[in-house]
Amino acid sequence: MLNWANFISQCFNGLVLGALLALISSGLTIIYGTLGVLNLAHGAMFMLGGYAGWVAWTYSGSFIVAVAAGALFVAAVGILMERTIIRFFYQRPGEDQLLVTFGIGIVFVEAVRFAFGSLSKMVPPPPMFTGITNLGFMVYPTYRLALLGIVTVALVTLYLVLYRTRIGMIVRAGIEDSEMVDSLGIDVGKVFMLVFGIGAMAAGFAGIVNAPVVSIAPDVGESILVQTFVVVVIGGVGSFPGAILGGLIAGEIISITSMFNPGYSYVMLFAAMTLVLVLRPYGLLGTAGRE
Amino acid sequence: MLKQRPFLVEILTALGLLLAPFILPHLGFTPTTMSRILVWGLFGLGFDILFGYTGLLSFGQSAFFGTGGMVAAYLLTVSNFPYGTVSLLLGMIAAAATGYLVGLIALRRTGIYFAMITVAIAEVFFFVEFNPLSEYTGGENGLPGVPPPSIFLGVTTIKFDSDWMMYAYLAFWYFIGIVLALRIIRSPVGAVLRAIRENPLRAQAVGHNIHGYKLTAFVIAAAYAGFAGGLLGMMQGFMPPDAFMFDTSGQLVMQTAIGGAGTLFGPLLGATVWLHLSDFFQTVLKLGATWKLVLGIVFVLLVCFLRRGLIGGIVDLYELATGRRPKDEDPGAEEERPPAETEIVRKPALVQMLPHHPAPSGYEGPILKATGLSKRYGGLVANSDIDLTVERGELRGIIGPNGAGKSTFFKMLTCEIAPTSGTIVFDGRDITGMSVTDVCQLGLTKSYQVNQLFNRLTVRENLTIAALADVRGKFRLDLLRNAARIPHLDEQVNHTLELINLTKRAEAPVSKLAYGEKRRLEVGLALATSPSLLLLDEPLAGMSSRERVETVRLLKSISQGRTMIIIDHDIDSLFELVERITVLQEGRVLVEGTPAEIKSNALVQEAYLGGVHEEIHA
Repeated sequence: MLNWANFISQCFNGLVLGALLALISSGLTIIYGTLGVLNLAHGAMFMLGGYAGWVAWTYSGSFIVAVAAGALFVAAVGILMERTIIRFFYQRPGEDQLLVTFGIGIVFVEAVRFAFGSLSKMVPPPPMFTGITNLGFMVYPTYRLALLGIVTVALVTLYLVLYRTRIGMIVRAGIEDSEMVDSLGIDVGKVFMLVFGIGAMAAGFAGIVNAPVVSIAPDVGESILVQTFVVVVIGGVGSFPGAILGGLIAGEIISITSMFNPGYSYVMLFAAMTLVLVLRPYGLLGTAGRE
Repeated sequence: MLKQRPFLVEILTALGLLLAPFILPHLGFTPTTMSRILVWGLFGLGFDILFGYTGLLSFGQSAFFGTGGMVAAYLLTVSNFPYGTVSLLLGMIAAAATGYLVGLIALRRTGIYFAMITVAIAEVFFFVEFNPLSEYTGGENGLPGVPPPSIFLGVTTIKFDSDWMMYAYLAFWYFIGIVLALRIIRSPVGAVLRAIRENPLRAQAVGHNIHGYKLTAFVIAAAYAGFAGGLLGMMQGFMPPDAFMFDTSGQLVMQTAIGGAGTLFGPLLGATVWLHLSDFFQTVLKLGATWKLVLGIVFVLLVCFLRRGLIGGIVDLYELATGRRPKDEDPGAEEERPPAETEIVRKPALVQMLPHHPAPSGYEGPILKATGLSKRYGGLVANSDIDLTVERGELRGIIGPNGAGKSTFFKMLTCEIAPTSGTIVFDGRDITGMSVTDVCQLGLTKSYQVNQLFNRLTVRENLTIAALADVRGKFRLDLLRNAARIPHLDEQVNHTLELINLTKRAEAPVSKLAYGEKRRLEVGLALATSPSLLLLDEPLAGMSSRERVETVRLLKSISQGRTMIIIDHDIDSLFELVERITVLQEGRVLVEGTPAEIKSNALVQEAYLGGVHEEIHA
């Protein structure tokens, strides 16, 4: 009953989805780690990236322009959101932060629905990556292969930014101990703004590069947000490596379960999350002490 | 706020529910809208107990709303079960049982983890309902044909099939719901839930099993959700699958925040605003689907500017208009009182508050015996091989320079942190590795170096929470018992108030207290659990000299009949207060002896006091 070619191609699908989830989750997790804010509008950021890219694509017809537009637009939205609203919530209780980002997410989704309607939109893959590729052991859609490459490049870039630049060092220090960073005379306000922008951009970028695979609709971010949460719980909040590991695990679970019965993919995902919570309450690569 | 006359709130609610059909239709409410408001309001009662009172923000309530609704609807449609109310109750039980299981997992973590896990769980329920269980739940079609409720009265049957009859039926259940919810929040459990919201760490430390209470709140919320879900099916004659959607959870959260969390009536008010606006936007302004955008913006603005929701805003406005701001706004007021008039003449020893934690029968050894206690954090050794024996009734001081490991030592004694090695024997029982809650229940607790109070509650409520742990044990489900009628509770609270000299400030919220008063309350919280061994971590820190004098007197009076260990840097006060002193240095015991011995000990003078001999002899 188990078809090997099918199985391998599902594993590949899982890898692609996993890489994508890893990217989105890293955005969520660095924002939380540095700013202490869980952005419930993160799924909406993913969706906004897709729409901004789609608009750019309809005008320019260029996929690269679309990707740039999607990522930059969402980064700008993130920065704007941090400056105008989020920064007033750092001193407020965690529940208020959840409520306000939740509300903002709804506003984004409904604004897009208002502007573009509820019907889904499609951005075709760039001509270079259309069709299918024969990998020898299986044939696989070319764009999905390319997507794996694109997302990997994005993750490596994010890694370099986090681990090889000054701002990255501050961000990682902030994840360890934001009060300390504050007292070192670093302009935390500016760093927070940048981190929020970068985190949002990760989601926006993922949103547009995924648009040729899954068409975009106003509520496309909702399920992504849920999956991202599972990734972060599995990997450990605030951990960049944890987001990557969690993303890959979640991606494979969803894809492989879907091969048997898509209806159970969430159940399996949830079972994995429960298992992690029972065995390692702070996530696979997380550390105790952040709530 | 909710405790004026007995049953006042209940009577007003009943009146409101009776009068609403005569008033609200003139404001454009249809009976169907009013019924929906009641369903959401009832759903929200449980959620408010969870979020507003316990401080647990769940985005997964749709799971229980849907489960209860589907079970009830399935019974009434597919299995032709004839009893409506019984179906509702069975749905509620199913939801509560589900809530129990989900709570076991979700409550392993708090804060944002809890929020994320509840979101994920709700999504799982949605998928399970749609896919694997679609045979039973009708999948995306839901379950149509849910009969309206009816009551058989022997001779005739009342059918609640018209809109207004339905409203009456729902109003009845809402009333039952609010009566129960009010009892719950006025019960000892309600007090503990508020304590968890304010300061889970301290709630645990005064001896409450907070995990059990959180799970209780979660199950209560699930039960309310399940019952409301069943009512939704009856009201619409159809159980919609979107009850399971994340949007349902989101709408509940938003309505509660709009109305005002922690008020019980917030969700009802929020639902009223929400449903009325959505009707208004859609039918009058013809906004179509845009109404949700407008409501979203309204919600964000509200969270930004009206933190306590509409009810909070109304209360603030009322206080502003009537000038009825609580007095003694100025927390410094206490300090400015001339010391001559303050209760220095008072004899605090009038009140005897003896610990009632008897040692195991026959045990006559030292009350505390710590052997070889060590604590390592990686390469850092905070405590190494500390031995300490304290006799019953002793008053012991611990001094040592900063970083000597005093606070770490205390944390190990109260079992807040586990020692790397060594054993702790309290009253003849080995308590090593026990929880801080259990240790407090045995009669060993601590007052903290940094105040750990229940900030938004009054002084009396603070002490009541601590005393409840002593009177009721670490966990008890007396959900419907009136906290005001527990024998000996008031007595114990009043005694503590008297001892810490805060009787006159009993009704003041913690935020209005002066610093010295907060420090005394901090000691009072530990004291109200009536410990037989009380640890005090720097009780005098940060106090003015007048406050020190007063606090030293307070400590003397509470030491009667109990054993105490005190850490402090105020060596003069400590020397005056205690009988024996242990000096810690770099995580080890340097020397132990009477104050006189310590004063003259060359080691102490050299290691701890550096070159300040003169000051000591002065």
